[in-house]
Amino acid sequence: MTHSSDLTRLTAAETAARIASGQASAVEVAEAHLARIEAVDEKVHAFLHVDREGALARARTVDAKRSRGERLGPLAGVPLALKDIFTTEGVPTTVGSKILEGWIPPYDATLTKRLKAADVVILGKTNMDEFAMGSSTENSAYGPTGNPWDLTRIPGGSGGGSSAALASYQAPLAIGTDTGGSIRQPAAVTGTVGVKPTYGAVSRYGMVAFSSSLDQGGPCARTVLDAALLHEAIAGHDPLDSTSIDAPVPPVVEAARNGNVKGLRVGVVKEFAGEGYQAGVMQRFNESVELLRELGAEIVEISCPSFDKALAAYYLIAPSECSSNLARFDAMRYGLRVGDDGTRSAEEVTSLTREAGFGPEVKRRIMLGTYALSSGYYDAYYGSAQKVRTLIKRDFDAAFERVDVLVSPTTPTTAFPIGERADDPMAMYLADLCTIPSNLAGNAAMSLPCGLAPEDGLPVGLQIIAPAMADDRLYRVGAAVEAAYHARWGHPLLEEAPSL
Amino acid sequence: MTVTELVSYEDALASYDPVMGLEVHVELGTRTKMFCGCSTALGAEPNTQTCPVCLGLPGSLPVVNATAVESAVRIGLALNCEIAQWCRFARKNYFYPDMPKNFQISQYDEPIAFDGYLDVQLEDGEVFRVGIERAHMEEDTGKSTHIGGATGRIHGAVHSLLDYNRAGIPLIEIVTKPITGAGERAPEVAKAYVAELRELIRALGVSEARMEMGQMRCDVNLSLRPHGTETFGTRSETKNVNSLRSVERATRFEIQRHAAVLGSGGTIVQETRHFHEDDGSTTSGRVKEEAEDYRYFPEPDLVPVAPAREWVEELRAGLPELPRLRRNRLREEWGISEHEMQSVLNAGAIDLITATIDAGAPADQARKWWMGELARRANEQGTELSALPITPAQVARVCELVADGSLNDKLARQVIEGVLAGEGEPDEVVEKRGLKVVSDTGALSAAVDEAIAANESIAEKIRGGKVAAAGALVGAVMKATRGQADAARVRELILEKLGVQG
Repeated sequence: MTHSSDLTRLTAAETAARIASGQASAVEVAEAHLARIEAVDEKVHAFLHVDREGALARARTVDAKRSRGERLGPLAGVPLALKDIFTTEGVPTTVGSKILEGWIPPYDATLTKRLKAADVVILGKTNMDEFAMGSSTENSAYGPTGNPWDLTRIPGGSGGGSSAALASYQAPLAIGTDTGGSIRQPAAVTGTVGVKPTYGAVSRYGMVAFSSSLDQGGPCARTVLDAALLHEAIAGHDPLDSTSIDAPVPPVVEAARNGNVKGLRVGVVKEFAGEGYQAGVMQRFNESVELLRELGAEIVEISCPSFDKALAAYYLIAPSECSSNLARFDAMRYGLRVGDDGTRSAEEVTSLTREAGFGPEVKRRIMLGTYALSSGYYDAYYGSAQKVRTLIKRDFDAAFERVDVLVSPTTPTTAFPIGERADDPMAMYLADLCTIPSNLAGNAAMSLPCGLAPEDGLPVGLQIIAPAMADDRLYRVGAAVEAAYHARWGHPLLEEAPSL
Repeated sequence: MTVTELVSYEDALASYDPVMGLEVHVELGTRTKMFCGCSTALGAEPNTQTCPVCLGLPGSLPVVNATAVESAVRIGLALNCEIAQWCRFARKNYFYPDMPKNFQISQYDEPIAFDGYLDVQLEDGEVFRVGIERAHMEEDTGKSTHIGGATGRIHGAVHSLLDYNRAGIPLIEIVTKPITGAGERAPEVAKAYVAELRELIRALGVSEARMEMGQMRCDVNLSLRPHGTETFGTRSETKNVNSLRSVERATRFEIQRHAAVLGSGGTIVQETRHFHEDDGSTTSGRVKEEAEDYRYFPEPDLVPVAPAREWVEELRAGLPELPRLRRNRLREEWGISEHEMQSVLNAGAIDLITATIDAGAPADQARKWWMGELARRANEQGTELSALPITPAQVARVCELVADGSLNDKLARQVIEGVLAGEGEPDEVVEKRGLKVVSDTGALSAAVDEAIAANESIAEKIRGGKVAAAGALVGAVMKATRGQADAARVRELILEKLGVQG
């Protein structure tokens, strides 16, 4: 193994330590990752845009700071893959859609600003399902991303570019967004760690909206500690986002450094099992529950009767909000413009542009949402979905009176082959069965690797769910589980992935 | 264009009762926009007062302007409304190029203020109570200018220019309850309501509410129902009626038009109509074939607004005296009639007169100048009284100079003219133009002697005891001194020289 590829195998924490101590320069680290991208991304297709110059410029800044003796932040010089849903000033932002092809945002998202302020080196923008609508990244207008464990399979979605970048060592850190599972499900199927923070923990300003009341940006990494370091860097109140939480960020890094489940009450949601759940997934999940018991946790079976309505509620609320959020893509001010030959009205140009610029899944959801919000249907659809949302929150509230965290499989199956569910939206939607309730309730959840399914040798994710504002619990439990598994396996799970 | 059939106003009212609904949009005078920090100043180059938020760029999010909420609550309180304990914004979804997000952030079924009233006073002093349904907050759209085509509307235009400086400026929409019982006075009530609302908004200091600048815009909903019936007829909605006079004219026109349609057995089409300033008519706009579906839903990007009760009470306690009550108080203080007060109001002179009085002028003098000479000037120049380049303090100084005898009426008018012409303060104008009244005996004596010499027959009459004839000699002296002589002193001198007692 060359020196360069060594640097790509480090965790974010290790990378930052090496840079801070002068064992490696930030430029060397950036170059190693850019070389890795060059070497493997033609096969993986994790990135939509690589910002080579921007990355090296940032890395040089970090090295200059160090040489001046300035104190470096905990992630200074660490490379990161940014989901192409966050605006980046001067760097293209497509949201995986043709309708924004060529758009160069004039402003940075709050998250982008915070990453820059933390001296994180943004390597580029990662592939995603168009407007974050999907669970496989097949809905990207720019072609699918391969799962590094098996390039013929999906890397999850919508944040498949970010999860694949991590799993193929193109970056030690990545950013995802999670509206119904788009951070956690990709983490699960690629053997990486992904966290959906409490709704409002990470600013949505500059994050292109899909479903405003559900969308939440969050950290993706290969270890629980790395995720915590990134979480701390991006979370915190933002006056530009009214829904952002004005309270201190929970002590996530401290929790990740002190994994412990002794005496912790862990709830197993009994509704998350049964038909549709792959045997190997359930096997690894049950082993994880056993592991938690061995580590000193008290296991409690929990029933959340409203959860079986979560998927239906989600597919009314998310499309409704998206039908409104995506109305601004009208060819008038930015992005794609089709049919403007001087003979057509503004209305016709808008219509032709939207016809050409949106993919089928986006159109499906806009139509669903437009219908659900129509007068005469509002109460039956959007209104009922909001009631279900309240019931789901109540189920969580009741559960969290009895237990400290809940656990479940992150997604019912391992990575499925590209194309398998592409023509079957319902089958695709089921991938988010276990993740959606947390979006509806706004609480915090994590996915971390818990082994390979025996039948296909593909990663399985364990989901941990904590109450809103108790994101640190995820890291405390996740770190304990991760340490125990690493000890059991003798190495991180990702080391078992085939080399590319 | 087809000629609209009308019946006479009297005939219309003989058969029908008008029912009105007035929707008024007021642009708040906040320094920044409703949901971002962009300036709201008028007159800037197009699209220079914009940012990712008011341009609706992907990823941007709104944040509520706290001052706008405060203004909305104060308006609600002044309109005797309930203030919501908790209310949300809602998205009103429709496509139009001047709306950057293709939805407008507004309020739907949870307005910030609701269920109030405004008492308006008609010209003869009668007070009419107009019920207020609601007042809600929303953002303005951008401004479209359609180039080419006959109508100035988007259909038929060759291209359109969009200015987003206005996009996101805070608006308050104030909606009345159905106004019934106004009968033949409906147009007058409509006008008086909008006028009173404008005064109220200005008194609150939340907007200049200048209709000609689009800071206040009115939609007039009108329907007729036969006398003695309860059910409302189908209404028409006349959009953007943007002066007080137009509100009255549009209402009157629609009453006559509706009556003509109904009287000939026709039915009123529910539609929006455009008002034409030139002839006072309305024409059909867009026919609402089906109720427009705006797909309202709660704005998920904003947290609910929950005005604390103590804060609301603080705002209530800090409300200014309501304009109608203030007018009635001033009317009594100034000792003028309802009708005279109405003229002062119509001229936009209340604050100017008050300020002039505060600067030391007697009420009758202050009113005389503003409603006389200055009103005439403003009228000639086609500007608002307040836009004249003269201040209440300057008018008060002129009054003072008249009171102490330094100026007479004629000279005072010249001083006013000088101030308006930019020649400086009243005292400077007096100085520069040499307008001081001459009361010095030495200076006047010769002129008096000349006048007596030139009018011997009159002088003889005066000597004979016809003291009243002195006026003619005074006039001659005034003429000779170009009006600068102190007329009273001249009269004294004449009588003295002719040896008679005054």
